[in-house]
Amino acid sequence: MINKAGAFALGLTMAAVLSAPAFAAKTLVFCSEGSPSGFNPQLYTDGTTFDASSRQIYNGLVEFERGTTKTRPSLATKWDVSDDGKEYTFHLRSGVKFHTTKTFTPSRDFNADDVMFSFRRQWDKNHPYHKVSGGTYEYFNGMSMPKLIKDIVKVDDMTVKFVLNRPEAPFIANMGMDFARVLSAEYADAMAKAGTMEKVDLEPVGTGPFQLVGYQKDAFIRFKAHPDYWEGKAPIDNLVFAITKDASVRYQKLKAGECHVMTYPNPADLDAMAKDPAVNLLSQEGLNVGYLAYNTMMKPFDDVRVRKALNMAVNKKAIIDAVFQGAGKIAKNPIPPTIWSYNEATVDDPYDPEAAKKLLAEAGVKDLKTSIWAMPVQRPYNPNARRMAELIQADWAKVGVKAEIVSFEWGEYLKRSKDKKRDGNVLLGWTGDNGDPDNFLAVLLGCDGVGGSNRANWCYKPFEDLIQKAKIVSDIAERTKLYEKAQIAFKEQAPWLTVAHSVVFKPVRKEVKDFKIDPFGGHIFYGVDLQ
Amino acid sequence: MIRFFLTKLDLLIPTFIGVTIVAFGFIRLLPGDPILLLGGERGVSPERYAELQHQLGFDRHIIVQYFDFLTGVLQGDLGTSFSTKQPVMEEFLTLFPATVELSICAMIFATLIGLPAGILAAVKRGTAYDHTVMGISLTGYSMPIFWWGLLLIILFSGMLGWTPVSGRISFMFFFEPVTGFMLIDSLLSGQEGAFRSAVSHLILPTIVLGTIPMAVIARQTRSAMLEVLGEDYIRTARAKGLSPARIIGLHALRNALITVITVFGLQVGVLLAGAILTETIFSWPGVGKWIVDSIFRRDYQSVQGGLVLIACIVMVVNLLVDLTYGIVNPRIRR
Repeated sequence: MINKAGAFALGLTMAAVLSAPAFAAKTLVFCSEGSPSGFNPQLYTDGTTFDASSRQIYNGLVEFERGTTKTRPSLATKWDVSDDGKEYTFHLRSGVKFHTTKTFTPSRDFNADDVMFSFRRQWDKNHPYHKVSGGTYEYFNGMSMPKLIKDIVKVDDMTVKFVLNRPEAPFIANMGMDFARVLSAEYADAMAKAGTMEKVDLEPVGTGPFQLVGYQKDAFIRFKAHPDYWEGKAPIDNLVFAITKDASVRYQKLKAGECHVMTYPNPADLDAMAKDPAVNLLSQEGLNVGYLAYNTMMKPFDDVRVRKALNMAVNKKAIIDAVFQGAGKIAKNPIPPTIWSYNEATVDDPYDPEAAKKLLAEAGVKDLKTSIWAMPVQRPYNPNARRMAELIQADWAKVGVKAEIVSFEWGEYLKRSKDKKRDGNVLLGWTGDNGDPDNFLAVLLGCDGVGGSNRANWCYKPFEDLIQKAKIVSDIAERTKLYEKAQIAFKEQAPWLTVAHSVVFKPVRKEVKDFKIDPFGGHIFYGVDLQ
Repeated sequence: MIRFFLTKLDLLIPTFIGVTIVAFGFIRLLPGDPILLLGGERGVSPERYAELQHQLGFDRHIIVQYFDFLTGVLQGDLGTSFSTKQPVMEEFLTLFPATVELSICAMIFATLIGLPAGILAAVKRGTAYDHTVMGISLTGYSMPIFWWGLLLIILFSGMLGWTPVSGRISFMFFFEPVTGFMLIDSLLSGQEGAFRSAVSHLILPTIVLGTIPMAVIARQTRSAMLEVLGEDYIRTARAKGLSPARIIGLHALRNALITVITVFGLQVGVLLAGAILTETIFSWPGVGKWIVDSIFRRDYQSVQGGLVLIACIVMVVNLLVDLTYGIVNPRIRR
């Protein structure tokens, strides 16, 4: 028999045992969707790789404020822009420590040599590291950085200057992107001397809040908090990515407490997640737009009345319900509402089949036959292109337009849809890279993109003038006005049927504190805590 | 026996050449250009496209590319993955032990249950037991792996909390892999509870992957045993007054095993195919899922390298099965 005192002592012991984890190291487990391609974000373009590298291990000169698309100083404390907008001088932060790993102990703090190494490696084809690890810097190339940058100059140990070939206001936003992270030049030199240059990309050394401890492909990635992180040590001690490819299994792990945060939930599980007492279901509109691009170079789609009429024939609400199952929002502008300069005042083409018929008759279009291209892949901005195409096809049939649905393998689809003489209307979309409106408006609708990323082949001078002017003005308020006007011009001319912006859902367990959804679709764990 | 082995080996050389051609050609026949896929919606400029083609060697004649690949394979060099920039052989060898570990456990599970169940069903032919075994094995055979895996996870991990949901070991344990086999590495690590955790993580994937081979083995054993039990020499053995255990265990089973071993060999291919789904559901870091991912990315080097390696393994296993026939039934050697 246990007497009262004994029971009390036992109770105290139990309480001590149960509360022990409160004093133990805090480990946050993230159920991620796949293995990273590597640990150097300069070499890759996928978000899974960025989550495991740039967003935990490294810092850039400029970064995005967590949970927003606003840039903030990071490894650069400030920057000056020359009057002609062609020179950006970055003043670097002092006292920033690199990680100490099993193979490398840094002997100095971060300085201009690291910035020079990180950018020259991508930019200079003769750099000794340029061809290491395959040397495909697709994001750097994709953002036209080789053409944009004229020179990179080390002014002194703590100052670096970028000289551009032309003024480019989105340059600062570009510098916040994942490819612009800073690697250690001292580590690269050490690896070059040891004849193991690839290690720089496999066993990363950065300045970021977490450092890599272990990785097993398709199983896990382990990080520990960087004790000397310049913004202060992360509230959690360890970060584990449990690579779990199936969304249903990720949810089961979340429910079982085997992970704290999960990515990409199944739309079908959202209801259950919202009701789950152990889970907080966070949501935010994604930084993307899904659209149907008319080929404005081909008849009868060169007539704005036809494009407007077809826009008015489509019931977008039904598409959001059927295709996005609630995880989407009707798009009226070509940029998502999370981007600055989004024009709330524009008016969407109303759903009005009768008016559409009249407009088609007015344009002299009768018995129109066309096609709708449906993407063969799922994308956040379009989870089921085939279904979307079928709904548009049915809506158009009601106004007398017969549309055939076509599809190709993804690579072919992307290639063929660029053709200026393309017959048919293309379903596609875009996810933003740097939170700058230029990244949507100039890339997708600018005259330079005709026959390429501008699937509507739409080159409209009033619109083009506005976005070109916005590229060279550095004042945000002025740029905002220009982009707002550009959106009105876009809406009047209707080169696209703007369909939807997705809504991103992020289930996290209740014990997770201060997790913020990243508008770029990433996962940033600095600042996140466990209770 | 050596002559028998050489005859079998002789057949393997043309098969191997055929496999390299199929593996090399298969991924290239699929529509889709890896460089365009790499660019995605962002696209790749024509200049950059040409540069990448040259860098990756895609601008050379297809025959030259094939012979380069074949020479590499013969030297043990399978090239570098287009997407991860890592040597294909290295990636394969990192992931393969996980697939082997799971497959061996699944095969042991399938044999331990399937073989006795089949024997008993044959011996008790027409009884309720026989019908039950055959009913269960038919169900097991027709079970979609994905659905079956999720069902077990929801029941045993979600509702009952008996087994972990997925992975190879709890994140409480961390050690550098030595052999790549988690059961062995967890023992070598000396960490208390690591081996137990590794075993508990193996239970559900083993059952899911082993279900189809178990059903096939049970059915094949039953029919092989039924055939053998009707033979004259079994009747003679019975007439001699031998015990039923001796008749079944020694005389009948040994002859029935030929069929069962064939099935066993064929199931290795089935296991590797099933591993793709099982590995996906249970986040098991094996080669099945790796190849599928590589196909989607049109990662030519990984797909062709992985397929050749897997085909070689299946060929070797089948060679071993053929040699086992010779041991079980010496008449086959002649």
